[in-house]
Amino acid sequence: MSVTVRLPSQLRTLVGGAGEVVVEATTVREAIAAVEALHPGLAARVLDDAGELRRFVNVFVADEDVRFLDGLNTILTAGAVVSLVPAVAGG
Amino acid sequence: MSFAVGLRCRECGTTYPAEARYSCDMCFGPLEVAYDLDAAKGVVTRERIASGPSSIWRYADLLPDHGGEPVDLGAGWTPLRRADRLAAEIGVKELWLKDDTRNPTGSFKDRVVSCALSSARRLGFTTAACASTGNLATSVAAHAAALGWPSVTVIPADLEKSKVAMTAIFGGTVLAVDGNYDDVNRLCAELVDSHPDWAFANVNLRAYYAEGSKTLAFEIAEQLGWRFPAQVLAPIASGSQLTKIAKGFREFLELGLVEGDLPIMFGAQAAGCSPVATALADGTNVIRPVKPNTIARSLAIGNPADGPYAIDEMRLSGGDCGSVSDQEVLDSIAQLARTEGVFAETAGGVVIASLKQLVERGTLDRNKPIVAIISGHGLKTLDAIVDTAVPTAVISPKLADAEAALARHHQLEAAL
Repeated sequence: MSVTVRLPSQLRTLVGGAGEVVVEATTVREAIAAVEALHPGLAARVLDDAGELRRFVNVFVADEDVRFLDGLNTILTAGAVVSLVPAVAGG
Repeated sequence: MSFAVGLRCRECGTTYPAEARYSCDMCFGPLEVAYDLDAAKGVVTRERIASGPSSIWRYADLLPDHGGEPVDLGAGWTPLRRADRLAAEIGVKELWLKDDTRNPTGSFKDRVVSCALSSARRLGFTTAACASTGNLATSVAAHAAALGWPSVTVIPADLEKSKVAMTAIFGGTVLAVDGNYDDVNRLCAELVDSHPDWAFANVNLRAYYAEGSKTLAFEIAEQLGWRFPAQVLAPIASGSQLTKIAKGFREFLELGLVEGDLPIMFGAQAAGCSPVATALADGTNVIRPVKPNTIARSLAIGNPADGPYAIDEMRLSGGDCGSVSDQEVLDSIAQLARTEGVFAETAGGVVIASLKQLVERGTLDRNKPIVAIISGHGLKTLDAIVDTAVPTAVISPKLADAEAALARHHQLEAAL
């Protein structure tokens, strides 16, 4: 099914400047792999050597942090929006 | 003159020029301002610092370049006060309070905002912004007002009334978000993409902003007579302040300004939002985010970006982190006020309650000097105490009434 992956500015050069990429996927892991297949280089920036999410990358599905859901295995429904957002400090 | 030479990724070491950039292009790791400490050695002396202004800018050599004139309401150079009466009640030998309630807008955030907006002006920005749990928003709005800049501050809608008012009064745009700080933070990470011409103090200016917290370490060491305290206890929200305090001590050591052992770093969190304390206790530095539920709103960050670094600082120095209940926070605010005449916001209550917990646990040594950071003024969190801090008696303006009320109060006190 089609899902939308939203990218932060740092990753947009990898996909030709677009802020969003629409791909076919049923999990977050598949969505990242699908963007990687279209635009090689993205996965290495978001995932570590073990294939897990990097420490300073947050992923949101339907406005929920996937670390509260099923991580990279979080199931996506049709039309889901997956946002990749760098962690930022504050307070 | 600043000895800053650019930005460097804490994770992978990639370097960048001193521009507005909030994370590493390669790995999303946080960027830090890098300094040429070799060049600073011998130039930055105790005398040079001591002859500087009574603000954080006495340490301008070791802060980001302010471009000629800092954006400055007078942040920093706050009192370091010996707290013997509180120390006696808690049972510790030598306790000092770094009283950062005494900043221009009542919290340590003035240090980081002065740094961030000075860099922002140097880089050509003309609008100030931030994601905030309250104190940062107030400070950004105030400094922007003093500059004549518009500001856009983004806060959770359910903040303490006093913090909202203290921010809105400066006349900027205040966006109150229906959500918690982590939602606000995420929104701002996206807003910075659609408004790249806004200087978000803790997003695209974050590297410069964070450096301001080093001045807590610099001042503590200088005020102790160019010595390090044995132990330092700081509140933890994002983890940035504690991490930068430790960095500040290291820079002073490296420059030969202070000799001796670096302080052991201790942290303080509220039990209703203690992802850092939990990860430290579990022996990991992978933080599991939480949904905050505590009266200590200024520390209510469930997904703390600099948490892993704060954990490293505590673990490697032999420190620990407290996790205290809201009731303990309220009791500690009152105890600090009653014994030392210092009125702290809830974050200060978290620190004093953690001090007691960690001394009890034996990880904080009661026989060695301790410096506790009191990061914000109590007027900011009046909501928390307004129901318990009330008049002893309400009386008519008659002497007999006053005497009767005093006698009743005296009897009550005697019975306790």
